[in-house]
Amino acid sequence: MVKKITYKSFGANAILIEWQSIIDDKILEDILLFKEKITSTEKTEIVDIIQAYNSLTVVYKNYISNFNDEVHQLKQVYKSILKEGKENNFQWEIPVCYDVEFGIDLEEISQKSNLEIDEIIQLHSSALYKIYFIGFLPGFLYLGGLDSKIYFDRKPNPRLNVPKGAVGIGGKQTGVYPNNSAGGWNIIGKTPVDFFDVEKENPCFAKAGDFIKFKSISLDEFYQLEKEVQEKTYQLTKTLYNA
Amino acid sequence: MLKVLKSGFFTTIQDKGRVGFASVGVPISGAMDSYSADLANSILNNSVQDAVIEITLGACKFEFTKTTTICISGGDFSPTNNNMPIPLNKRILIHPNDILSFGKINYGIRCYLAVNGGFLSAKKLNSRSFYPNITKDFLLRKGDFVSYKERTHSITTSKSSIKINSNHFKTKVIECYSGPEFDLLSDHQQKQIFNTTFTISKDNSRMGYKLNEIVENNLSQILTSAVLTGTVQLTPSGKLIVLMRDCQVTGGYPRVLQLTEKAMNQLAQKTTSAAFQFSLISI
Repeated sequence: MVKKITYKSFGANAILIEWQSIIDDKILEDILLFKEKITSTEKTEIVDIIQAYNSLTVVYKNYISNFNDEVHQLKQVYKSILKEGKENNFQWEIPVCYDVEFGIDLEEISQKSNLEIDEIIQLHSSALYKIYFIGFLPGFLYLGGLDSKIYFDRKPNPRLNVPKGAVGIGGKQTGVYPNNSAGGWNIIGKTPVDFFDVEKENPCFAKAGDFIKFKSISLDEFYQLEKEVQEKTYQLTKTLYNA
Repeated sequence: MLKVLKSGFFTTIQDKGRVGFASVGVPISGAMDSYSADLANSILNNSVQDAVIEITLGACKFEFTKTTTICISGGDFSPTNNNMPIPLNKRILIHPNDILSFGKINYGIRCYLAVNGGFLSAKKLNSRSFYPNITKDFLLRKGDFVSYKERTHSITTSKSSIKINSNHFKTKVIECYSGPEFDLLSDHQQKQIFNTTFTISKDNSRMGYKLNEIVENNLSQILTSAVLTGTVQLTPSGKLIVLMRDCQVTGGYPRVLQLTEKAMNQLAQKTTSAAFQFSLISI
C-alpha cells in the first residue's frame, strides 16, 4: 500500500501530518514509527506530539517561521532509519467483573440485541484489542477490535456520572473510564485497575500500539483485586507482544 | 500562607500548564489569559513559569500570613488591601494579616494574582495548574491555604506605570487562522463564518466556549484527531465551539478555525452573551 502523507499547518506553532482517513493497523504502525523517529531526534523545539487514528500533530515551542523548511525536515526524519530498535509492545490482561451489579446496561442491551448476557461477556472478553491512542480523558484508551455483534449505539442521554473503572461499549468502540466522568456508553462491567496514576512518572502503563485483553472475574475476585490495587500490591499481567 | 476567606465564582491556581503529556491524554491547562498572567509575573520579576491565582469575576477574599509583594493584572474587579483601593499592574507590598478583596467588576472577567516567587501548591506532571483528577483540588475553596515564600526585602517602587491596551478587553475582533478542515467548507459557509456576529453561550468554561449562532453544516465528522487550545470546532448542530485551555487533546468535529494566541487571551476576558466576529489572517 502506498502511504500518502500530507502536511498542513495547524495554527502558528503546529504541523498536522495526516494519513488516509481510515482506521487501519498498517497506518497505525507507520504513524507510531514516525512518532518514534521524531522523538528520537530530541529536537528541543518540539514540545509535544499528539497522535490519533490517522494523524500526528507536532507541536513546536515557538512560531514556525518557515513552514516548508520544517516540513522538509520532518520528511527527512520520516525517511530516516530508527537508530535504536523499535520500542517493545505488550499485551496487558485487564480483569473485568461483568456482574450486573457493575454491568448496569447488560440486561438492556441483551434484550435489544437478542444476545444472552453470557454471550456478550464472552464476545467482549475473548477479543484482542489494539490501543490506537489515548485521548478524551487522561488515561482513556481508544481501542480497536470490538466484535461487530456487540456494537451498541451510545445511550441517547449521557449519564452525568459514570464511575472510574467502568467498562463500556459506545457504537463500534469499547473502553474503560479512567476516572469518574460524564459519559454516554453502555456500561457492561468494571475493572479495579488504575488506568491513570498521576503519582507515577509514566501515569498510564499502556501506550499506543500495545494490546488489551479483558479477563472475566467474579465479584469476590473484583473486591480482592480492588483491595490489592488500593494497597499498591497488585501487579498487572503483561506479556511481550510480537507483531 | 495565603488563606482563602471567600472563594469567589471560580478560583484556581494556574501556570504554563502541562506540555508533553498528550500521549497519555492529559490536557495542557494553564492561565486562560496568559498575557495578563505573564504581565503580573514579569512586574514582580518572577519567572513566567511561576504559578498565579486565576480569579473569575472577583467576589473573593484572601488573607496573607507572611510579608511579600504581589501584583494583580487582567480584569479590574476593584481590588482593595485592608479596604484601601490598590492599583492593577503595580507591585504592592503585603504585610502579615493583610486582607485582599475584590469588589465591583469594571472590565474583563479574569484577573491574575501573582506573588513574589509564585504560589507553591503541589506540582503534578511538571505543573501546578488545577485540573480534576490530576491535582488534588480543581478549585480553591473557603478555608484553603496556599503557600508562598516570605520576602522581607523592601520593594523599589517606581513611578512609571504600565499602560494596558484596553483593546485587550474590548476588542470585538477575534483573529484566527484557517483550521485543518476549513477548506472543506463551501465559499458560502466560509463567508457566513466571517460575516456573522457570534455571541458566547452560557455554556462556557475553561474547557471551551460554545457559541449561540448556527452555521450551515453539511460536513461529516472526522476520524478523531488532535485539537489544540484555540481550535474552533463545527458541531453537527451547526454551533461552533472554541476550545480553551482545559480542552481535551483529541476530538472528532471538523476543526474549521484556529485562534491566534493573542485572540485566545482576548476571548478569555469575555463571557456569556459577549459578541465578536472572527477575522481570518494568514500564517
